[in-house]
Amino acid sequence: MIDVTNPKIRAALQGLRLITAVLLSLLLFGCGEPTNHSRAAFVLMDISGSYAAERDQARQLTNYLLSQLDTGDSLAVGFIDNSSFTERNIIAQVTFDARPSVASKQKRIFQQRVIGFMENFQTPSYHSDITGGVLLARDYLEEVDAGQKHLFLLSDLHEDVPPRLERDMKLKLSDVQVVALNVKRQRSDNENPREYEQRLASWEKRVEENGGNWALVNNMERLEKQVVLR
Amino acid sequence: MFTDMLTIWSSSPALSLAIWLVIIITLLYAGRPHAHQLLRSTGRAIHGTLRVASGSIHQLEERVINRNNDVLLAQGREEAENAIEREFTRVNTIVERDLSQYPVLHRKLTETLEKIESDYHNSIENKPLPPAWQEVMDTIKNLPSSGDPAVANILENIKEVVESSHDQTLKAYQDDTNERHGILKGMRPEWRSLNQNMQKVQQTITGLEDSAKTIDRRMDEYESMRKGEDKAVNSLTSSSLTQFFISSLVLTIAAFGGIINFHLIAMPMAEMVGGNSNIGSMPTSDIAALVIIMVEITMGLFLLEALQITKLFPVIRNLDDRMRKYMGIAALTILVIFAGIESSLAYMRDLLALDREALTQSLAGAAQAESQFRWIPSIGQMMLGFILPFALAFVGIPLESFVHSLRTVLGLIALGVLRTLRVTLRLIGGFSNHLSKMLVNLYDVFIMVPLSIERMVKYRLEQTSGQRQETAETDDVVSAAEEVEAAERERAAAANNAKTQSSKRKPRRQKADDGELAEEDLSLTAGEA
Repeated sequence: MIDVTNPKIRAALQGLRLITAVLLSLLLFGCGEPTNHSRAAFVLMDISGSYAAERDQARQLTNYLLSQLDTGDSLAVGFIDNSSFTERNIIAQVTFDARPSVASKQKRIFQQRVIGFMENFQTPSYHSDITGGVLLARDYLEEVDAGQKHLFLLSDLHEDVPPRLERDMKLKLSDVQVVALNVKRQRSDNENPREYEQRLASWEKRVEENGGNWALVNNMERLEKQVVLR
Repeated sequence: MFTDMLTIWSSSPALSLAIWLVIIITLLYAGRPHAHQLLRSTGRAIHGTLRVASGSIHQLEERVINRNNDVLLAQGREEAENAIEREFTRVNTIVERDLSQYPVLHRKLTETLEKIESDYHNSIENKPLPPAWQEVMDTIKNLPSSGDPAVANILENIKEVVESSHDQTLKAYQDDTNERHGILKGMRPEWRSLNQNMQKVQQTITGLEDSAKTIDRRMDEYESMRKGEDKAVNSLTSSSLTQFFISSLVLTIAAFGGIINFHLIAMPMAEMVGGNSNIGSMPTSDIAALVIIMVEITMGLFLLEALQITKLFPVIRNLDDRMRKYMGIAALTILVIFAGIESSLAYMRDLLALDREALTQSLAGAAQAESQFRWIPSIGQMMLGFILPFALAFVGIPLESFVHSLRTVLGLIALGVLRTLRVTLRLIGGFSNHLSKMLVNLYDVFIMVPLSIERMVKYRLEQTSGQRQETAETDDVVSAAEEVEAAERERAAAANNAKTQSSKRKPRRQKADDGELAEEDLSLTAGEA
């Protein structure tokens, strides 16, 4: 691995960078407004009730995204609990450096943070404030200003907001691809499947009304086919 | 809509259709002359226009051929001039190298010959053995011994003296002979030297003779090109096409080399210029890698130009030798620096790939395998990164051939396109002409019923007029016999005149168009019908 902290290597890299910059300076003339090719993803996992047992899915998804995202892209992982619209709900967030070697290092650190959260997790939350988590993710995605924005929602989509919280508001998910993953069926869904369908439909409607794109992927293996991260 | 139109005359479709047919056929018959004229004139107009266009293209084609030939011959002349110049330079080199030393060689040969001659003369100055000595010895030997010891003693002394003298003379003779043999022996290296010198002269002369033959051949070719003979043009075209295909092949190979080079340095370039910026739709790192490769190729071109291997840039070619040398050194230095950069980038790429592989394994949860002999691909990539720029630097040679032969190939392609266009236009023109004739006939097929009626009416009218004439003859046979004869004569004369005129007109009309036969019917207007 290249040790970028080494002054000699850094000096050599700077020299090479200067040469390349001189060579490229001519090409920079006449270029139009640059297109934003960066990508941003926010993984929102539900840790309420019985869904907390699905944490491994979140780990798999994070690893997949870490392997897919590259320099300049952003990734964050957050969790949904009783009150999700707080900074403490973000487990880890990173924007990868322009240099591939540094980006690899950042990925390793990110992975360790997520694994650390999974290992230290003990008690599932009683309520699930999905709207708060979505608002948190939206704010993060808006902040990073990426060309492509993805919100991965690992939840059963059964929202149970505490009465004290006000969540009846617009989500404003313009240009955000919301991907609901591993939407588990609850016991009540078994008794009345229509309830499950209505839940999915209501979220889909809510997302699309707020300018987002909706996708449902219940099998993680099909994620690569259904959601293309370019 | 169509049904409404169909049943406009009657509720019965069949009846209505029949009425429509009658109307249409009547209209078609009424407009027959105009329709024929329209069809034929359109066909002739298209035919004529396309023929004119084809003629223009033919002229353009001729110009392109002449231009191609001019370019080919100019290129060929330049090449021949260069080749002749090269041969003359070679001859000059031979003359300067070998024949400039000819006076020395000549002197050496003369000296050798003089020495040989002198030795020869020395060797023939032989002191002959005095022949009388033997006779004296034989006489003394045969003298009778009278028994007188004094006489015998004297004779014995004389004999001894004579023998002694003889031996001395013989020895002197033998020494002299040995000395001459020594002189002759000493001549051997001179002979050898003479032989070697003569061989050298022969080789030089033979080389000159070969060069002279080559120059003669080149001069013949040059003469042929100057005259613009077809043989020379064909030969140059063939040569140019061969050059084009060979240079294309080599350039394709070079392009693949460039692609490999690109992949070798594109990934580590992201480490330097950043991996998240784009110019257009391409990552900046990819463009940077491409720029480096292009600059290497450019430096290679400059180097080859400075070495006068290629002749792509007249500015460099016209520089003085010292400046060109400096330029060559500068290009080579930059090339070496870039090769070093590429080599280091290739090594960095290997490290990055290794790191990425380790990360992927870690993300996948797999145990990281210890890779043995990792240094082999690392060194291989570094060497590749260093060698490929120099290999790409030689792309200037096939590029020059490609550029020069491309002109010929483009000329041939243009010629092919023009010929195809000309033939197509001629075909379309001929086809439209024949199509108009076909349409005229087809038109008549649709209105064959009224045409048949027309023919019948004409026939009847002719018969009726014949019968009237016969009646008039019987009524006034005697009185009008002479008048009838005169009238018949006049009619016959008029008919002859008409026949002569029609026979005079016929070839021109036939020549103009075979389809004019249809126009005989056109003399009958719709009203007359």
